[in-house]
Amino acid sequence: MTLVDMLSYAYPELVLAIGSMALLITGVFMGENSAQKISLASIAVLAIAVAFVVFRPAVGGATIFADAFRIDGFSEFVKTVLYITAGFAIMMSHRYFQGDDNWRFEYPILILLSVFGMSLMVSANDLIALYMGIETQSLALYVLASINRDSRRSTEAGLKYFVLGALSSCLMLYGASLIYGFTGSVSFTEIAKIAETSGGENVGLIIGLVFLISGLAFKVSAAPFHMWTPDVYEGAPTPVTAFFAAAPKFAAMALFIRVLMTAFPTALADWQMVIALIAVASMMVGAFSAIAQTNIKRLMAYSSIGHVGYALMGLAAGTAPGVSSILIYMTIYIVMTIGAFACILMMRRRGGLTEDISDLSGLTKTNMPLALVLTILLFSLAGIPPMAGFFGKWYVFVAAVDAGLVWLAILGVLASAVSAYYYLRIVWFMWFDEPAPAFERDVGPALQMTAGVSAIMVFPILVIFIGVLYQAADRAAAALF
Amino acid sequence: MVATIAFYVFALSAIAAGLMVVASKNPVHSVLFLITAFISAAGLFVLMGAEYLAMLLVVVYVGAVAVLFLFVVMMLDVDFVEMKQGFLQYLPIGGALAALVVIELILVVSVWAFPSDAELARAHPSPTAAQTVSDPNGPTNIEALGLILYTDYVHFFQIAGMVLLVAMIGAIILTFRTREGIKKQDPAAQVARKREEGVELKDIPSGQGLT
Repeated sequence: MTLVDMLSYAYPELVLAIGSMALLITGVFMGENSAQKISLASIAVLAIAVAFVVFRPAVGGATIFADAFRIDGFSEFVKTVLYITAGFAIMMSHRYFQGDDNWRFEYPILILLSVFGMSLMVSANDLIALYMGIETQSLALYVLASINRDSRRSTEAGLKYFVLGALSSCLMLYGASLIYGFTGSVSFTEIAKIAETSGGENVGLIIGLVFLISGLAFKVSAAPFHMWTPDVYEGAPTPVTAFFAAAPKFAAMALFIRVLMTAFPTALADWQMVIALIAVASMMVGAFSAIAQTNIKRLMAYSSIGHVGYALMGLAAGTAPGVSSILIYMTIYIVMTIGAFACILMMRRRGGLTEDISDLSGLTKTNMPLALVLTILLFSLAGIPPMAGFFGKWYVFVAAVDAGLVWLAILGVLASAVSAYYYLRIVWFMWFDEPAPAFERDVGPALQMTAGVSAIMVFPILVIFIGVLYQAADRAAAALF
Repeated sequence: MVATIAFYVFALSAIAAGLMVVASKNPVHSVLFLITAFISAAGLFVLMGAEYLAMLLVVVYVGAVAVLFLFVVMMLDVDFVEMKQGFLQYLPIGGALAALVVIELILVVSVWAFPSDAELARAHPSPTAAQTVSDPNGPTNIEALGLILYTDYVHFFQIAGMVLLVAMIGAIILTFRTREGIKKQDPAAQVARKREEGVELKDIPSGQGLT
C-alpha cells in the first residue's frame, strides 16, 4: 500500500486536522470579530468530513499505520453521527455567546479538534492509539469546559474535569502497561490472539483489563466513576454541556466496544460481570439521584449517566446484536439530548439563561411550541412508546435477554420506571402548574430548528425508519465480529 | 556484577526519592526529590542500553520540566499546610484501599509469566543492552528510534503534534488577554519618524535662559 493509498483511508481525519489549522490561521488574521464566520466554516469542514465518510466507505475495512488505525463499517457509522452532532453543537452555540466577550473564533476550532480526537478514538486499533486519541479529545474538552474564563463556575468545571480526567488517564495507562506486559503487544489483534491462548489463567491481563475498563468508564461517565459529571455539566457553558453530553460519550462508548470486542472477545466471561455491574450502578444512580435535582443541567447530567447504563447493558451482552443495540441506543440518545439542550438554551429571560426546573412551570400557557417539543423529547428520554427512546431501550433489553442476562434486563426496566418519574414530573410542571414569567421569544432560528428537527426525528421519523437505523447499526456491528 | 549493583542502587534511589516526593513537607524539597527520581530513572535507562532516552530524560525532564515545577512552586502562593489538613481524615480509607491494591498487585506479580508466544508478537523487538554492546555495527539508539518513529509510528508521532497544538491553543485561550493602556513598541512608526518631528530648534537670546 503506497502512502497515498494509506492516507486515502484517513481523509476525514485529514480534513478535520488541516481544516482546523487553516481556520485557526484565518481566524487570527481576521481578528476578534470573526467568530461567526469561522463557526460557519467549521460546520462546512464537518460537512466535508461527513461526505468523505459516507461516500468513500472502505469496503471490507482496512487497517493502516502499522495496525494502529482501523477503518470499517463500525468506525464509519460512529464517525457520521459524531460529525453531525458536532455540527449541531456549533450551530447551537451562536445565540448563547452572541454579544459575549467569550465568543471567540477558537471555540468552533476546539470543537473541531476534539472531534478529530474522537475520530482517532473510534478508529484506534492499538493501546497507544487509544490513549493518544483520548488525550487529544480530552485536552480540547477541558479547555471548552472553562472557555467562559471569567466565570468561577466554568473555570471550576474545567479544573475538576481536568484533574479527574488526568486521574482516569493514569488508571488507563496503568492498565495498558499491565496488558502490554502480559501479552507483549499493544495491538488489539495481537492481544486477542494471546488472550485466547493464555485464557483466564492470565490474571495480570485481567487486572490490566479492569484498570482499562475503569478508565474508559470514567470517560463515558458510568457509575461509580460518574462523580465529575454533574459538577462539570452544571458549571460548563450550556452549549458546551450539550456537546459534552452527546459526542464524547458516543466516542468513548465506541472505543469501549472496540477494545472489548476486538482485543478481549475470548475473555468475555471475565469482563461480562464487571460491565453488567457498572451498567446496573449507572442506571440506579441515574434513576435515583436525578429525582432530587432542581437544576435542569444537573438533571440532564444524571439522566446521561443513566442512559450510559442502559447502553452498557448491550455491551455486557457481548454479542453482535448487543453492539448494534448500543449503536441504535446512542444515536437516539444523541438526538434526544441535543434537542433537550436546544430547549434548555431557549430558557432565556432578560438577564440571561435560567436553569431551574421551576422556571418551566406552566410553559404551555406562555410558549406552546417550546412546551410541545420539550414534552415529546422528555417522553422519549423516559422511554415511553411510541417515541424513539422506547425502541432504543427495547433493542438493548432484547440483546441482554438473548445473552442470558435476564436479571440485568429486569433491573433495567425497574430503573427505567423510576427515571420516568422525574421526566414526567417536568412535563407535569409544564402543563398543569401556574405559569412562571415567560421566556424571551427572540431565540434565533438555529435553536428553534435544532429543537424542532430533533423532536420530529424522535417522533415520528426515527420510529417509522427504525428499520433503516437497525440495518445500518447491524452492518456496523458486523464489522467487529 | 557492577551492572547488578548499579541497578539496585538506581532502583532503590528511584523508589526512595519517589516516596519522599509524596512524603516531604516542603514542596521545594518534593521537586528536588523528583529530580533525584528522574536521574535514577535515567541511570536505569543507561543500564538497559537506551542511552538516548536517558539523555532525553535528563535534558528534558531534569533540565526543563523540573525547573519549571520549581518556578511554579515558588511563585504560587499556595498554603500547603492548609491543603494537607484533610490528609489525616482520609488516611484510613486511603490506606486501606492502597493496601488492597498492593495485595492485588503482589498476586499479579507472583503469577507473572511471559506468555510463550508473546515474543513473536513483538513487531519491533528492542535489542537488549548486551546485544547493543556486543554488536557495534548494529543501529545506534537514535537510528533505531528514528527508523520506527517516522515509519511505523508516524501515526502516533503526528497525533502527538496535534496534542501539543491543542495544548498551545488552550493555554492561549485561557490566559491571553488584550490589555488596555499598555505602551507597545511600533517599529514602523519609529522608523518612519523624521528628524523634523522630533527636533525643535529654538533661537535663544544669550543671557535669558529657557522659559
